Amino acid sequence: MDGILYAIAIMALGGLVLGALLGYASTRFKVEGDPLVDQIDSILPQTQCGQCGFPGCRPYAEAIAKDEADINQCPPGGDENIHKLAELLGKEYKPLSAEHGVEKPKQVAIIDENICIGCTLCIQACPVDAIVGAAKQMHTIAEDLCTGCELCIPPCPVECISMVTVADTPSTWKWHKPGQQRVIPIVPVGNVMRSEAA
Amino acid sequence: MKLFTFKGGIKPDPNKTRSTQLPIAQAPLVDRYIVPLHQNIGGTPRPIVQVGDRVLKGQRLGDADGWVSAAVHSPTSGTVVEIGPHIIPHPSGLPTDCVVIEADGRDTWIERQPFDLDRATPEQVREYLRDMGIVGMGGAVFPSHVKLSVPRGKQIEQLIINGAECEPFISCDDRLMREQAQEVIQGSVLFGQLVNAGKILIGVEDNKPEAIAALNAAQQQLNAPVDIVTVPTIYPTGGAKELIRVLTGKEVPGSMRSTDFGVQVFNVATVQSGWRAITYGEPLISRIVTISGAVAEARNWSVPIGMPIGSLVKLAQPRTDHDGVIMGGPMMGFRISTDNAPVIKSTNSLIVHAPGLFPPKPAELPCIRCGSCAEACPQELQPFELYWWSRASKFDKLENYKLFDCIECGCCDYVCPSHIPLVNYFRFAKSEIQAEAREKQIADAARERHEFRQARADREKLEKAERLAKANAARQAAGTTLTASGPATASTNPDDAPDISSHPDQASTPIAVDNHPVLDAAAKQAAIAAAAERARLKREQHAVKSGDTSH
Repeated sequence: MDGILYAIAIMALGGLVLGALLGYASTRFKVEGDPLVDQIDSILPQTQCGQCGFPGCRPYAEAIAKDEADINQCPPGGDENIHKLAELLGKEYKPLSAEHGVEKPKQVAIIDENICIGCTLCIQACPVDAIVGAAKQMHTIAEDLCTGCELCIPPCPVECISMVTVADTPSTWKWHKPGQQRVIPIVPVGNVMRSEAA
Repeated sequence: MKLFTFKGGIKPDPNKTRSTQLPIAQAPLVDRYIVPLHQNIGGTPRPIVQVGDRVLKGQRLGDADGWVSAAVHSPTSGTVVEIGPHIIPHPSGLPTDCVVIEADGRDTWIERQPFDLDRATPEQVREYLRDMGIVGMGGAVFPSHVKLSVPRGKQIEQLIINGAECEPFISCDDRLMREQAQEVIQGSVLFGQLVNAGKILIGVEDNKPEAIAALNAAQQQLNAPVDIVTVPTIYPTGGAKELIRVLTGKEVPGSMRSTDFGVQVFNVATVQSGWRAITYGEPLISRIVTISGAVAEARNWSVPIGMPIGSLVKLAQPRTDHDGVIMGGPMMGFRISTDNAPVIKSTNSLIVHAPGLFPPKPAELPCIRCGSCAEACPQELQPFELYWWSRASKFDKLENYKLFDCIECGCCDYVCPSHIPLVNYFRFAKSEIQAEAREKQIADAARERHEFRQARADREKLEKAERLAKANAARQAAGTTLTASGPATASTNPDDAPDISSHPDQASTPIAVDNHPVLDAAAKQAAIAAAAERARLKREQHAVKSGDTSH
């Protein structure tokens, strides 16, 4: 009889100690925010263009984390980012959704300074403060900071902003993957079996 | 002196005898020189001349941008006719900004003055070398003044002057050491002084006995504190890390600099041009270029930087069936896309290519896991692992296999029985990883700016709300009590209001307690409409004008 009481007491004591430890750890090592959102956000291209239907990259990342948005709504990130998100979230890859836009080469906005009237509307639209100017002063875009989101184009009353594709330079150019032609072709096993069956 | 060995390496046919028979010749003046602004690792120099400017030989064309950068100079006297994109010798075949100079044929030097070393601080010497455009001439074009600044608390025990010149076909350093041995020795002593080196070693491969003899004679004549060390001919002994290994036995890991181990390395041509800059005030405006391959007369030329490669190759009488030019050697060089590309500070050799010069590269076969590449790799990497992950585009794995320790020497390519272009895979993977890092940096900056902007918007909203609350409180106080102080406080409020209404997105919020802001907004609307109309007219005029000129 004593034995069973001892056993219960020891188990209860053990439970109490471990519970206290867990309780302490959950407050001591509390993680602020959702680390998954940060991970998703770090994959997104940060153009803040809103093409995904959310007001910026972070809100979209939050929506993905809550499973409220699909992973294929970001045209600037393109195919590569969808693959990365699929890998991170353990989801299946799906092609970029057409209703959200198409993948384009990197572009930056340019203001035609002859036409600009200095209305500051584009400055208010720019999500990354890449436009410099003041009321009735000509505006200009800091090319290095421009993410190519195109948000400055609709507000411009005089249509003086246009998008130009950023050309490769010797320092940004990338080597191509060497050609993959082979002398001995590798035939997928599945095909062989199918041809045998046929 | 006891020598050490590095693992791997290969022994290709040197092919140097042809081009070393004749002395260095001075390339004749041509009409046009194309001087790329960006010829160094680091920042792109900013142009300091304008189209139409007269320039003299040795005049600075571009100023160093930042510490890791070096100036560029005019190779001859003449007129700046263009500053714009031109194709440079680069694997990409892409253009970059160049200063084009039309030579006046007089080749007049700018006033040159020797640099007073005794009165200058080490900092001033480095700035001077930066402004003289001195960069590493062995191929890496790293600004030399940066390498001359020894980190605090570090002592350079051995300064190594690299005269190994291990790559086949290239003989520019060989001829330089034979003909300018004294200047090479004096340059080595100078650089030794600048880094306060304990010992100065000049490493030369044993297939250059004439160069070694010339250096020894010059060393004795000058009684210079320099050791000329003969090293065995194994490719790639001329690699900085390999030469350090051979001469000192020190192995420098990829994550560290050689200065951490008390060693610094400069090429022989670099110390010679640095010495000329200090002694004669001559900036780096020419270099020695080996021309060989499918030509009648293979030899070395002293060539002004900016001379079109086509005009230079013509001097060597290329075979009629030549079909391109390779810059650099057969192991690490690349095909140049156009003859108009200029000679730059890193052009050590031009090999005129013709069918039959090199055996055609057989088609790529599957990797058979033989491990020959790992045996040949002088950096002790495992190229087969790097190849698999590069091929599969699994770039994160490549970090574990130290992709960035690869010096792209091509030993693995050379020994691969399956003829896999391994180095091309590594270059592809490296450029993808670098591009990704660049994009990440841009994205991080954009995120930061966006977050800051949002924080600012929130702060402004809060401030506005506070102001409004204060204004309302004051108005209520004025309305109920009608004290003498009431109207005074109220009168200051409208001053705040128009200020806020200048933000259209905030204009709709209920701040229009007075009528003035609303009136203002209407006037502004009218002004914007008028301006838009003016701009439209202007644009139409532009369109008409450009339409006229295009006809």
